[in-house]
Amino acid sequence: MILQDKGKMESSSLTQDMEFTAGSGAVLSPEQKASLQMSLILLKNENKFRGLFFWGKIMGLSGDYYIAQGRWQHALSDRKRFYSKDCIKWNLLPEPDELMRENSRLMVGRFTGDPSHEFEHVEIKKVNGQDEEFFTAMKEENRLASVIADIDDDAAIIPRGAYLRTPQGIVKPNKSFEGLSIADATKLESYLHFRDMAKMSGKEVSQRADFNKSLDFLDPISDDIPQGSWSIQSERGSGLVVLRSLIWFGLTFYHIPNTPQYGFMYMGSGENNKDLPFML
Amino acid sequence: MSGQVQEEDFVNAKAYLLQSNLYDHLCKVLTKVLDERPKNAGDSFEDISKDVKKTAFNPESDVLQDKNEDSTEVEIAETHKKLFTKPDELELHDGHDDELGAPLGNLMESAFMFEQAGIGFSREETYRIFLALKQLLETQPIQHIRFWGKILGVQQSYIVAEAEPRDGEDIEPIEKDDVEEGNGERDSDAGGDDQDDDAIPKPDYNPSPVIPREENGVGCNKKIYFVCTEPGMPWTRLPPVTPAQMVAARMIRKLFTGHLDAPVNSYPVFPGNEANYLRAQIARISAATQISPLGFYHFDEEEEEQEETDARDTYVENLEFEPIPVKDLADSNMANWVHHVQHILPQGRCKWYNPFKKDSEELDEENFDDEAEETDAPIPEAGPPLLTPLAEDAEIAHIAPWSTQLSSNYFPQFALAVVRSNLWPGAATVAAGRKFENIYIGVGHKYSLYNYSPPAMPPVGQEHPMMEELTEIEDPSVEEEAAFKAAQQEAEERAEEEAEAEEDGDEDEN
Repeated sequence: MILQDKGKMESSSLTQDMEFTAGSGAVLSPEQKASLQMSLILLKNENKFRGLFFWGKIMGLSGDYYIAQGRWQHALSDRKRFYSKDCIKWNLLPEPDELMRENSRLMVGRFTGDPSHEFEHVEIKKVNGQDEEFFTAMKEENRLASVIADIDDDAAIIPRGAYLRTPQGIVKPNKSFEGLSIADATKLESYLHFRDMAKMSGKEVSQRADFNKSLDFLDPISDDIPQGSWSIQSERGSGLVVLRSLIWFGLTFYHIPNTPQYGFMYMGSGENNKDLPFML
Repeated sequence: MSGQVQEEDFVNAKAYLLQSNLYDHLCKVLTKVLDERPKNAGDSFEDISKDVKKTAFNPESDVLQDKNEDSTEVEIAETHKKLFTKPDELELHDGHDDELGAPLGNLMESAFMFEQAGIGFSREETYRIFLALKQLLETQPIQHIRFWGKILGVQQSYIVAEAEPRDGEDIEPIEKDDVEEGNGERDSDAGGDDQDDDAIPKPDYNPSPVIPREENGVGCNKKIYFVCTEPGMPWTRLPPVTPAQMVAARMIRKLFTGHLDAPVNSYPVFPGNEANYLRAQIARISAATQISPLGFYHFDEEEEEQEETDARDTYVENLEFEPIPVKDLADSNMANWVHHVQHILPQGRCKWYNPFKKDSEELDEENFDDEAEETDAPIPEAGPPLLTPLAEDAEIAHIAPWSTQLSSNYFPQFALAVVRSNLWPGAATVAAGRKFENIYIGVGHKYSLYNYSPPAMPPVGQEHPMMEELTEIEDPSVEEEAAFKAAQQEAEERAEEEAEAEEDGDEDEN
């Protein structure tokens, strides 16, 4: 997702932004880029979005899903997600509720590429001393929506200061964000989870030396559990800082220090890495 | 009158502003706004004001300004600079190129193919890798080199190059194997058996025999691999892989840190450091995911006659290869693709090695009973032969092991066939006509449907043989104790009585 919107058209900067996340090995083909440049503008216009961002790709067995996310005024809650199989035709993704997201975490296996595919989960519970099977079924479209919401919650990040919260409680891009300094850019404390602040503990953030209530309204990723769920690397020296989520393989975030350029892209299978504690 | 009052007010206000330093500041801010004319000055007024205040503390000339900036960006640029050296006219290696065919394929061309499939890096990065491969080729006696892929590590990533050394010129002599050490230990153990019983008891733990690694140029060590973390940094040759490392690598899941000498802290213990682990994972990935269109390679017919009994492990390029239509290559039945790297057996080698062979010879000499030995003899492990079609690959719990697609929706006549491995996410192959390319870009781990759980600890070994006096019995209850005491007392009394009776008898006899 390319989050910056400094009056720039997101789809036009897409090609440039793709270059920075390409170190993880996933790119878009010229055909896909050309299609996206066209269809994203039309999608934005149809929905009267204030900003529309290309979010990434979820790879299925027989086809891939391309995901776009549009937002109106409130950058965190006022948003809608779309998926496309061919980068041309966009379909609205359902808004996942808590139950749907709970159920989606039970489903294992790769996405198939068919939105109407039914995933099934069988749980054997003991009822009055007898084994009974409980089925949970879920449509692939719903699982897709839930997984994207999970990824956004766990791994959508922004550099500190890129978004601010106005006294009215509206979260919007900070127009005077000039990028992190080189020293700050290699620290995990400088990156914040771009998710609802309900999860914020508020305890540690308020203890930082340069605490600013309008900027520090999000959780820093340095508090993530387990410790070390992010890989932070300087590519091209300090000219490009790249963060990769180790929980969601395929999520790459980039930031060019001292410039307002940052963004992230998810290109993966849509399955989280449950083995991380063993892998560190 | 009113004009005068207004002027007086104005003067008072200005005097106040001047007094509180605000006047100068406002002047500066407004000058900045008028100079720069930002779009929404009203919104960003606070920031502009802050900015002006900040610059007051940054003097124009800095005592430190002449100091060279040694940021990592400069360092990397210095590293890259080494790559951009034009070749001399009289290059030593140029002569070899004609004899042995192109030692280095055009990476930019294959990168273009991968880009159609949505795989790869930015073009600049690919170009730097290309230059780094050229640099490696110039410094090592290599017959053929190929960009194998990239392994994403936590702190740094590895760029991996796969090379074949020139015939007869091994880059590194084969070092002494640890096999001999293992055998030596066992011999010394066996020698201690004849000693007297009071010696310290020997554990009867018998370590499983060490399986020797395959020679360079054979099986898992057929190719050699070089890695570097950044184009321009020195390439490091990875050590050959041993079967023990292969077996251990299958049982663990660890992320690569990006430092070759980092220890691999895992259970079961991995014999080696990260360089060995990386080499083992590369061998596993290569064996599973390096594929070619059916018929591109074939077995050399002359060699075929020579070694009919043995599994064939060499192949040559088929010069009469008829390109398979892209549509057939992208067919999901995968019948038109074959593996061209040997399957690695559970033992950790490509060719099965009988670990008990040596022992059995010794036994024969000593005329041990052959029957028992035969039943103990392990069953040789066998895998699918080389150039087996992918159609025979095993499924991963109802998930097809390979996914295929065409690279273009609009130009089927120019499209490429893209094959992705679902078993090793990140491994992909593209093909069109006579060209095909394999690549791996990923974290270096196999796909598993369910979460990983480390293998269980082995059962605790037995300290003593089971003997009656060592077996713990239940404590007697109070009643049992009382009964036992009563019985004891009774026995004593009886003994006394008998003794008395005997004494009496003795007296009688006397």
